[in-house]
Amino acid sequence: MTAPGLLGLVRLVIARDLKLAVRHWDQVVQPLIFFVIVTTLFPLAISPALDELRKIGPGIVWVAAMLASLLALESLFRPDVEDGTMEQWTLSGQPLSIMLLAKTFTHWLLAGLPLVAISPLVGTALGLPSSVWPVLAISLALGTGSLSILGAIGAALTVAVRRGSVLLALLVLPLEMPVLIFGARAVDLAMHGESVAGPLNLLAAMLLLFVSLGPIAMAAAMRISVES
Amino acid sequence: MHLWRGDKHLLRGIDLALHRGELLQVVGPNGVGKTSLLRCIAGLLPMESGEVKWSGQDIRKSRDEYTRALSYLAHTNALKNELTALENLRFSVSLLRHVTPQALVETLERLQISQCSDLPVRALSAGQKRRLAIARILLSETTLWILDEPITNLDAAGIALFEACVAQHLERGGAVLTAAHQLLLKGEPNVRTLELRP
Repeated sequence: MTAPGLLGLVRLVIARDLKLAVRHWDQVVQPLIFFVIVTTLFPLAISPALDELRKIGPGIVWVAAMLASLLALESLFRPDVEDGTMEQWTLSGQPLSIMLLAKTFTHWLLAGLPLVAISPLVGTALGLPSSVWPVLAISLALGTGSLSILGAIGAALTVAVRRGSVLLALLVLPLEMPVLIFGARAVDLAMHGESVAGPLNLLAAMLLLFVSLGPIAMAAAMRISVES
Repeated sequence: MHLWRGDKHLLRGIDLALHRGELLQVVGPNGVGKTSLLRCIAGLLPMESGEVKWSGQDIRKSRDEYTRALSYLAHTNALKNELTALENLRFSVSLLRHVTPQALVETLERLQISQCSDLPVRALSAGQKRRLAIARILLSETTLWILDEPITNLDAAGIALFEACVAQHLERGGAVLTAAHQLLLKGEPNVRTLELRP
């Protein structure tokens, strides 16, 4: 009996989740549409004057990204817990932390990466100059990764709670504040032509920290949720 | 084993042993704690006091070794409605071991659901889903099967098929623990019953 190695395991989980996502594409595009709609509402509500929008643009993009990533979290683990799949995972003898990290990575591919890809378009709508696009995209790429992992820990903790989505938001949003602060700050500094190394380095450091310790927390939280 | 659920002392000093080649069926009225007992033994539910040993070792200490020897079938079938029967089976077995496409097809044929292999699970009947969940257990090549009401939704032919699978597993030295309302392999010498009373 040869169980798959770590890489094989990761590949297996990612392939399965991508296959499930393709058959559920309507759910997959929701965060992206939410992100676009929310950022489009601001010029309508505040003022279409670009110099006014430019001042609040970085903050708007980042808050919208944060809320969009929260939107998809509810369905990250819940279906697998409800249909008994997660129970089987905990009994598979495979490292649960790696399986949950692979699941979270797929979640980021589907809910985080599209936001990065569309950020220049959203930035344009908010009057952000094209010179800022790379910083906006890099900060979002690093930041949404952290948001996915923090969100996954919260989702694993609240998955056994009935209607846990409000609790999930209350739990996760305060923890995500540093990501929001440094992400929005990086874009703001780039707009003023200043060095963005500080906030970007901090975002990268946070991502590394969450990637290394997050899976342990996710697995521990998931075991508590399943073993109840 | 002692287990409390809220104010209720559900499992009150249960002591049992299961040997290779043996089928133990836990019976009792609804809500008496059959599922909880099985979940405790599978290591899915922490107990207030007591221990579960596998090959003489506490399962909390040899968890990996134990889970590799264990297959657990719950009330839920652990199937994804959006994936086909074959995709579901391939994924769940591949987590445990390398499996050939031929072995997957043969097991589906054995359980007489090969005609559904390319259908999404959503389109399967409740009985066919149960058979698919049983296919995972058969392919897992584990020693200990813990099965919670395994024949739910199975028709007479399905029950006969499943009994044959259990009998073969016992012959090969496997051990089976079930929670059941309907007894399997009645009258066989290696079959025991444990009755839980409220």
